[in-house]
Amino acid sequence: MSFLRPTLFRIPVKPASLVAPATVALVTALLILIPFERSNGDTSGVISFLVSFLTFVAIYAIFTLGLNVQWGYSGVFNFGVLGFFMLGAYTAAIVTKEPASGNFTDYIGGFGGDLDLLPWLSSDEWLPHLVGLAAAAGVAGLAALLLAVPTLRLRGDYLAIATIGVAEVLRRVVIEETWLVNGTRGLTGVPRPLGGLVDSSDYKYLLLAICGTFLVLIYLLIERAIRSPWGRVLMALREDEMATEASGKNVFAFKMQSFVMGAAIMGAGGAIYAYASSSLTPEVFTHFFATFLFWAMLILGGSGNNRGAIVGAYVLWGFWTITLQFQSYDLPDLVETRMPYVRELVLGTLIVAVLLVRPAGLLPQRRQVSVWVERQLKRRPPSPSGSSGADVELSSR
Amino acid sequence: MIGIVEGSILALGAVGLTLVYGVLKFAHFAHGDSMMLSAYCAFLLLSGVVTGSRPGVDAEVLPITVSDLPAASSEIWKFSFGYGLLIAMALSALLTAGVLVLLDRLVYRRLRRRNSGIVIFSIASLGLAIAIRSLVLIVWGPTPRKYTTVVRQNIHLPFDTTILADQLFIIAAAITVTALAYVLLFRTKLGKAMRAMADNPELARISGIKTELVIVLTWALAGALVAVAGVLLALQAQLDPQLGFVLLLPLFAAAILGGVGNPQGAFFGGMIVGVVQSVVVTFDFLSPGYKFSVAFVILILILLIRPRGLFGAKL
Repeated sequence: MSFLRPTLFRIPVKPASLVAPATVALVTALLILIPFERSNGDTSGVISFLVSFLTFVAIYAIFTLGLNVQWGYSGVFNFGVLGFFMLGAYTAAIVTKEPASGNFTDYIGGFGGDLDLLPWLSSDEWLPHLVGLAAAAGVAGLAALLLAVPTLRLRGDYLAIATIGVAEVLRRVVIEETWLVNGTRGLTGVPRPLGGLVDSSDYKYLLLAICGTFLVLIYLLIERAIRSPWGRVLMALREDEMATEASGKNVFAFKMQSFVMGAAIMGAGGAIYAYASSSLTPEVFTHFFATFLFWAMLILGGSGNNRGAIVGAYVLWGFWTITLQFQSYDLPDLVETRMPYVRELVLGTLIVAVLLVRPAGLLPQRRQVSVWVERQLKRRPPSPSGSSGADVELSSR
Repeated sequence: MIGIVEGSILALGAVGLTLVYGVLKFAHFAHGDSMMLSAYCAFLLLSGVVTGSRPGVDAEVLPITVSDLPAASSEIWKFSFGYGLLIAMALSALLTAGVLVLLDRLVYRRLRRRNSGIVIFSIASLGLAIAIRSLVLIVWGPTPRKYTTVVRQNIHLPFDTTILADQLFIIAAAITVTALAYVLLFRTKLGKAMRAMADNPELARISGIKTELVIVLTWALAGALVAVAGVLLALQAQLDPQLGFVLLLPLFAAAILGGVGNPQGAFFGGMIVGVVQSVVVTFDFLSPGYKFSVAFVILILILLIRPRGLFGAKL
């Protein structure tokens, strides 16, 4: 594995540090204490706050994982998460909704009613959503494929510029083409998965469970893919594209696959976002929220580490939510009106600071070996003298 | 004249962008937001105004501004501004050059010393873009601003066309500044050193070129170009903090169209992008909301057909 020289990420050879646990603990403490103080000790209020917080962490972590497949594992450079996010969210919404009716709504699609194919399993509660999810992933993946054809063979930063372009064009299309997805009025009332099965006051727990399940599924999928021979090629080409090409791998095809896979995951994340928030308006989809935030989460958490991606989403969304809580305190006007921008300033400088001070992020990338080797290792633990096992020992970096 | 005005602003921005791209080899995503920052700096120097404690209520912070100079804001000829704007523009150019050099010392130089990949530089520049934009929003607020509220005068040109006097100034200023940059790049030793760096940094270093100094001067030059472009943009449209990021699309389209690292190419690339954008919108091929999407289409087309750019990549 000597060709896995850490050139891009410079993985430091350090024992596990306390920075990550300390950060997570701090954020968690603030997330519990501030709402607790705000609601004067109302525990149920704190719990429902935390449940909705964790739901959105799970959703944003899906995007961060998708970005990690592209950037963290293969070094493919996507500054247009927004584009795939929107594609996924709007596709899922128009698949699951009923056809447009009324004076002020106009959108295409609306297949929700037609998809109740298995009525005896009350399929209207979940089948449209699964179809919508698949369609969202498919559409986002297809868009990535089309975009990659002209740009992926060129320098990495050309792809980045092109993805910004796609995101901006899609944003304009959603706003300008009112017949498509109802323009700036947005889509409301996206049906919620399994919404009819539980009491509406308990639905938030079910929603958290659904989002969490999808996050875990996607996490396991990526972890498995990355430990396969396919994943090793991706990491190899991230570190040294020329050496990978020289070893006979079709670099373009591998990059393409990881870009499309990452985009499909983002599309799926968009679908889940649409189900969870139940309404979509173009104002939400800014480059800042839907692209930079996920980049900051990934860079903070640790590019090339799926757990890092999730931790990054947790910590940063935690920071975001905590500062929102601050806003409800009685702050001086001077501070209060500027809070949103101060938050953005912190985020921008955070990206730069992490790159400068701790380029590997909170959870640095671990050395990853194939599933096969791990299995062998479990079966035959390395001898303490360690001549055979030293090479494959995990987390030794 | 459709699009030439916007084209010359884009051209100026793209020349600076292509310069950084050529010498430092990375896509500088903070370029559009630096343009906005410099435009706002000029605004501050002219008026001394920032947003006060409440949004919508302004406060003056500078004890003395450029407008306090005798007759600084009395209009010259048919322009909507006096010589104060020119002074503010020059000062803002110095400031922006200083800011970009400072950011290089603080951020990019450290990454260079660590031999980071070019993409790391781009991500860092994106982080800085966010930081710059939010700084502008903190200081001047989200509502768009203008340098002056004076009514703008038309002038009549041959062939029955009219143009705003200000726009004539924009075109003239853009061409003059680009010409100066051209002279600096192709007629001075410094320019030769920059071009050598763009060609082969290693070779430049062993030939005795002080590469760090050249990098500093490249940022300074880029900063000056950015500032002029930003002020001209604010003169043509308005000061809008949201504009910076969206501007990246036409700027990059122009730089890539002209061939990365090729200043003349970037100039004509900017003109082409500006004209095409305006023609598409003015003649109702697309609604005005799609203006910047046109740049994206140009970008994809050029990447498909001729990724080296129309004029080839060189500096």
